[in-house]
Amino acid sequence: MSASNAIAGRSPALAWAVHLSVVLLVVLWTIPTAGLLISSFRDRDQISTSGWWTALAPAERNLVARSKAPDAARQEGGEWIIEGNVFDEEEGAGTVTAFGVSSRSPTAFAPGDVAERGDARITVQADGQYRIASEQQPEGRRGTRLFVTSKEPPRWTVENYRTVLFSEGIGRSFLNTMTVTIPATVIPILIAAFAAYALAWMEFPGRALLLAVVVGLLVVPLQMTLIPLLRLHNSIGIGKAYLGIWMAHTAFGLPLAIYLLRNYIAGLPREIIESARVDGATDFQIFLRIVLPLSYPALASFAIFQFLWVWNDLLVATVFLGNNEDQLVMTGRLRELLGSKGGEWEILAASAFVSIAVPIAVFFAMQKYLVRGLLAGSVKGG
Amino acid sequence: MEQIMWALFTMTAGVFGCVAYFFVANRVLDAALPARGENAGRNINRANAIRPWLFLFPALAVLGIYLVYPVLNSIWLSFTDASGTRFVGGDNWRWLAGDEKFRESLGNNALWLIVVPAASTFFGLIAAALTDRIRWGSFAKALIFMPMAISFVGASVIWKFVYDYRGEGSDQIGLLNAVVVALGGSPEAWITTPFWNNFFLMVILIWIQTGFAMVILSAALRGIPEETIEAAVLDGASPLQIFWRIKVPQIWGTIAVVWTTITILVLKVFDIVLAMTNGQWGSQVLANLMFDWMFRGGDFGRASTIALVIMLLVTPIMVWNIRNVRKEERR
Repeated sequence: MSASNAIAGRSPALAWAVHLSVVLLVVLWTIPTAGLLISSFRDRDQISTSGWWTALAPAERNLVARSKAPDAARQEGGEWIIEGNVFDEEEGAGTVTAFGVSSRSPTAFAPGDVAERGDARITVQADGQYRIASEQQPEGRRGTRLFVTSKEPPRWTVENYRTVLFSEGIGRSFLNTMTVTIPATVIPILIAAFAAYALAWMEFPGRALLLAVVVGLLVVPLQMTLIPLLRLHNSIGIGKAYLGIWMAHTAFGLPLAIYLLRNYIAGLPREIIESARVDGATDFQIFLRIVLPLSYPALASFAIFQFLWVWNDLLVATVFLGNNEDQLVMTGRLRELLGSKGGEWEILAASAFVSIAVPIAVFFAMQKYLVRGLLAGSVKGG
Repeated sequence: MEQIMWALFTMTAGVFGCVAYFFVANRVLDAALPARGENAGRNINRANAIRPWLFLFPALAVLGIYLVYPVLNSIWLSFTDASGTRFVGGDNWRWLAGDEKFRESLGNNALWLIVVPAASTFFGLIAAALTDRIRWGSFAKALIFMPMAISFVGASVIWKFVYDYRGEGSDQIGLLNAVVVALGGSPEAWITTPFWNNFFLMVILIWIQTGFAMVILSAALRGIPEETIEAAVLDGASPLQIFWRIKVPQIWGTIAVVWTTITILVLKVFDIVLAMTNGQWGSQVLANLMFDWMFRGGDFGRASTIALVIMLLVTPIMVWNIRNVRKEERR
């Protein structure tokens, strides 16, 4: 297509270097997310004992099983026998690779070997079957401890997702996030579109100044607004409620919305609007019948931006919504999980994936508009 | 479910409210100043002078109440006590100047400001240049761009799985330590090692922002006039020379835009630090410090003062943006 392609084509070594570098970049950029996705489908024991990249290999697990209690022993040919399977109490099956009878040497014996402990002869087979034989009738109330190292096939499960969706409150938070996002995405669009039309096609004093103000407001740190708005909401009785966060998100999205839409609407062909004016259409009619339908791509761009921003927001939600069950959004919930249940990896992984799945789906479906919006939205330099 | 219904209802009401406002306001204006009769000419002029403000009113009201007023109010609050009611002069600023955590945050923010925009822009530029040359480039772009869609908190969880640390000898479940151990090194607690942990937090933001830089720079690279490149090819320039000497200088403007956009984001970054370290182990930044004083400290005066520092740091970029737009408008 271009001269640069011709150069790349001329030198096969360079072409290979380019391909390899891009592969490397892509791998580096996707591996962290892939790790999370794979982790979220792994068994909770395996997730915290081995890396996700071993998810396909059998996992080694150490477990301490207790044999059946001595009163389960039966007499057989002058010996007292206790039999069972070490995997009975632990779910899942595996292959025993080693076992032991004391905590000091938990891998002393190979499966099938006979370990002696007191007058008892203990053996564990590869399939987990154990047999404890002794001459005296065993006494006591608790069984013998068996230390077993087993290889287990990788276990894949959707259990983590079931847990987080139905018992960890993520399902509820998902609804809360939806509740915040839908109005906060739609309401600013219309308000901004009217303002953008006025800034693009109507003559009035102070237009340039207003545009400058909008551009300035684009970069105002939200931190500047939080405390006054919180006090405002409290004093007029909104408090911490959805109405407050809808208003806040609408306002924080407006500068970008106005700027994006104005750039787009100002670029519409002058003839269309002028000829409509000549035909006697009012500005209101021109806006509704001509400008709004033509601006669909810009509206979509902004909608995606606002959707991603609101869905992923933590700061605004923490400040303007409460921490209770029917207001905690997903990012807030994730943050709580990170703090309180940092060790429960399977909960964390599945929750995180539930929360990022929606924006990623939107991202891949609407990438075209997102890119277009980015290109129009970044203040042009030089 | 009930609140989703509420949300949908509010959305519908909001949209219809907007349409109704614009419709009714226009009708009222047309009725009050009819474009006929003896004063038709004067009425049309007046109506045309008023109508823009009808269109602008909702936006201006929301912007005024939710952005302009709070900014001005925050400036006032930075001179008041913890409850935001009593004027205390420069006390907050004096406290800030002597505060250990503030100095730490300022230093860390400076690091973030140097490293993140530079690294994101650099990687973005490289990714843009490389992906534009190959056939599966748009697929590669989509994957590098994808972290943009992930929330900072989600990204923190993702990277927690990369940075996890287990004591020496046990199986590492964090990718980074696993690689280090496989190469013969000993595992490190990346996130709790003061100073260096800043860089590991920065990596998360670079990971997110590179896609943004790539998309914008790729468009700029494609917009470079072919003739300049052809001329360089004829002069026998190597591909690397063409890239660094011919292409990059022509997109300086765009690079500056990408750089400043990421700079602003860096100044506001807070979620990553809050979720990963909450400012412990010497990793505090201004935005999280402000959040800390607002929520845990409950000191509105001090929190506003810190917010104002962030605002002051953003101001030069704001002025630069406004000047650029005005230049653009005049053209």
